[in-house]
Amino acid sequence: MTEAVSAAISIAFHGLAFAMVLYLVSVGLSVTMGLMGFVNLAHGVFAAAGGYVMTTLFNDYGVPFPAAAAIAAIVVGAASVAIERTLYRRFYGGDELDQVLLTIAIVFMSVAAAKYFWGSSQQPMHPPPYLSGQIEVLGRDFPTYRSFIIASGAVLVTLLWFGLDRTRLGAKIRASVDNRRMAQSVGIDTSGLFSFTFALGTGLAALGGALGAELWPIFPGYSLDHLIYFLIVVAVGGLGTIRGPFFAALLLGVADTAFKYLLPEFGSFFIYALTLAVLLWRPKGLFGQIGRT
Amino acid sequence: MGKESVAYAPPHPAPLPPNGAERGIPPALETRGLDKSFGALAVTHAVDFRLERGARHALIGPNGAGKTTFVNLVTGALRPSAGAIFLDGADITPLSQDRRVKLGIARTYQINTLFRGLSVLENVCLAIGERLGLGGRLFRPVGLRRDVIEAAYALLERLRLAEDAGRLVRELPYGRQRLVEIAVALGLEPKVLLLDEPAAGVPSAESGIIVDVIETLPADLALLIIEHDMELVFRLARRITVLVQGAILVEGTPAEIAADARVREVYLGERTRH
Amino acid sequence: MSAAATPAAVPEAVRALARRHRFRAYETLPWIAAIGGYFLFPDYLALGAQVFIAILFALATDLILGYGGIITLGQAAFFGAGAYACGLVSAHGWGEPLSLLLIGAAAAALVGFLSGFVVLRATGLTQLMLTLIVAVMLQEAANKANDLTGGANGLQGMEIWPILGLFPFDLYGVAAYLYCLAVLFLGWLVLRTLVHSPFGRSLTGIRESEARMNAIGSPVFRRRLAAYVISAALAGVAGALAAETTQLVALDALSFDRSGGVVIMLIVGGIGRLYGGFIGVPLYMIAQDRFAEIDPVYWYFWIGLFLLLVVLFARGGMIGLGETLWRRLKFIPLRPWGRRG
Ligand SMILES: Nc1ncnc2c1ncn2[C@@H]1O[C@H](COP(=O)(O)OP(=O)(O)OP(=O)(O)O)[C@@H](O)[C@H]1O
Ligand SMILES: [Mg+2]
Repeated sequence: MTEAVSAAISIAFHGLAFAMVLYLVSVGLSVTMGLMGFVNLAHGVFAAAGGYVMTTLFNDYGVPFPAAAAIAAIVVGAASVAIERTLYRRFYGGDELDQVLLTIAIVFMSVAAAKYFWGSSQQPMHPPPYLSGQIEVLGRDFPTYRSFIIASGAVLVTLLWFGLDRTRLGAKIRASVDNRRMAQSVGIDTSGLFSFTFALGTGLAALGGALGAELWPIFPGYSLDHLIYFLIVVAVGGLGTIRGPFFAALLLGVADTAFKYLLPEFGSFFIYALTLAVLLWRPKGLFGQIGRT
Repeated sequence: MGKESVAYAPPHPAPLPPNGAERGIPPALETRGLDKSFGALAVTHAVDFRLERGARHALIGPNGAGKTTFVNLVTGALRPSAGAIFLDGADITPLSQDRRVKLGIARTYQINTLFRGLSVLENVCLAIGERLGLGGRLFRPVGLRRDVIEAAYALLERLRLAEDAGRLVRELPYGRQRLVEIAVALGLEPKVLLLDEPAAGVPSAESGIIVDVIETLPADLALLIIEHDMELVFRLARRITVLVQGAILVEGTPAEIAADARVREVYLGERTRH
Repeated sequence: MSAAATPAAVPEAVRALARRHRFRAYETLPWIAAIGGYFLFPDYLALGAQVFIAILFALATDLILGYGGIITLGQAAFFGAGAYACGLVSAHGWGEPLSLLLIGAAAAALVGFLSGFVVLRATGLTQLMLTLIVAVMLQEAANKANDLTGGANGLQGMEIWPILGLFPFDLYGVAAYLYCLAVLFLGWLVLRTLVHSPFGRSLTGIRESEARMNAIGSPVFRRRLAAYVISAALAGVAGALAAETTQLVALDALSFDRSGGVVIMLIVGGIGRLYGGFIGVPLYMIAQDRFAEIDPVYWYFWIGLFLLLVVLFARGGMIGLGETLWRRLKFIPLRPWGRRG
């Protein structure tokens, strides 16, 4: 009995940590999809880039872990604007197939580039001493590192939602996601807004990649290997929503952990089956908006 | 089957049923208690509407009144929240859009919705092909159905689009694309034709073509035309329904509508803004 | 401005539409090249057979991608279903190649039919993800069903009988080359017929405007599903061919590389044109081979760069590029018509 309880707690805990990483990495994809209508298969590249920047700063230059992760997010977010302006922008509102090909090209090139600069093996990631070991909460031991992921994820999610709900900028972003043409006609600078939103999304992805480097090790094939998870989060959550992907990530994180714990011999099979079932029931995702395509 | 909608009955006496109904012939199209809401927004409200056979009926109302939504409900592009739709007296509410089209309902779109990458001729051919039930045929090439192609071409001649038959729709000016919209709808040989602002965006030099085409439609075809251009409405329509905020405000002959104080207040006030 | 009264002569537009399905001289080129290749490169026949299979797979994909407008990253599900069905039956004692192709087609069609209900109700990114999921699910299933499929080691013990009872598969790939060429030719004929049929045109209509297709009374979902199943069946034939010619089925038949690869090759060649695969497959295979030789570690950087250049400068792939250049050369003023309205 107690064993079952502690298994359940363990699944919930690890599932939650995984969900935080999943959400941070994926939420930007949902927003760019909703705002720019852009099928971005290269989104994981930015998460991987964040992981690489962080591990390099942390391992080679001794930058403290939280600072390294924050720098990674800012650097990647800023750098992604260049890519958005030079490449992505040309394909907004265009053919989805072109977007698919463009972003696959970016994935290929980035995988090779990562291999060139960092080699083909995983980036070593040993949490600093203050994040190693266990901490005790309510008489139970939890891994400190994952507790840290959960806590920082919770803070970030709160900040993000609060920012989008309460600030002028957030209102503009929401208005543009709802109806781009309308937003343009009331004088919102959608071009600047796109760049900013893109940078925000990739910055968050980089942060997710950096924070989650121990759960999802950083290696050249990162963006392709996990692509399906990002897509599941976004599709199940509902494109263009901010909160949807959070609940989808929660569902996916906990279910994935549970299946791998309880039925390890089936791998990810049930996760995929669950996704199919959810989307058969609601093709627009759990929080997809009515009347939107 | 249709819901009674006594509670929502409009505040004015029901319009006199014109000719057909007196003889017990069901109207070509009828809606009873039609409601539609998007979330909290009620866009169509208890609409009881009759379109007689051979009608030349206009639906007017300010922007956002719910006219396009009404067309979407009738054609099946949208599902009503409540109420029923009848075609020739038969309840078609549960039918899918393609079934309704097969039964004779055709519409044009307020904003051109065409096969932009295909030629004008082929746009019409596709419609005619579907009407003849060819669309699912896997083997015989389209090109061997000379009858279909020629029927499409004849239709284009009627709309004075023949010289553009071979061009891609997206290469045409917007106004001429509006005519293609009509050609595609006519290719379906409908019993009930719903035109959603057919003249919007058409240069005035060419709107005469639309009038000509409408005037030469088969006499038994029931036409519902949504239009903001009052000149056109009064020229073509024998009955007018005014829709305001999703509900029918009044229905009557052009003379009655022109004289109606409420219409002046709601609608003509809106028009000066237009 | 007003319509010129057309005399008895048949209008050009009508004539063009009525003739569109006719065979053109250039359509013989791939077949001439294939037969020429047989005599010119006798050492590469086995490779040639694999190219034909890849082209057939690309053709199948073009039906839903280029004509149906369904973006898929899961075509390997059908390729793999065909390959495994063929492999399993032959490993259990029935090795007649032609009937095995049909078995592969049927298995893949079934997968297409069942998954179509989920995939085709979604749109855009969700749809793309669903196609991907169906393929990885099958791959995961094949991987775990070790006893049946051999899992990661691949399916063992296939035995394929001679084609028509007469021509055994030989070491040089002569039989495989000609057999695959024949099947490709048939597949191409089927697909060519389909895309010119009313059904094929209605698919194009759905791609161009789903709303309008609904409004002219087309049962859009059913049409899409039919296209999906046909495409799956053809992809299944390609998979079965691959199983027969290599006498091996491994997990890579269901891999993302295969799904993504066929889409890339098709876009590089040009989608929705029936010949995209004929150009894209050899081109991509050659490019891959060259780059891998020049730079064995980082070759996909160059592949990526190549794709980037294609998407930036060659919209519509190689065929699109060719058409644009041809038009530029032929009539300098692209639009001889005056503006109206
Ligand atoms: N899919 C939808 N989701 C949410 N609201 C909608 C949707 N479609 C229409 N509406 C709303 O319903 C109302 C009626 O719209 P509708 O297009 O039917 O008006 P209309 O009478 O055709 O106006 P117009 O003269 O401008 O064409 C509008 O307020 C519109 O914003
Ligand atoms: Mg309207």
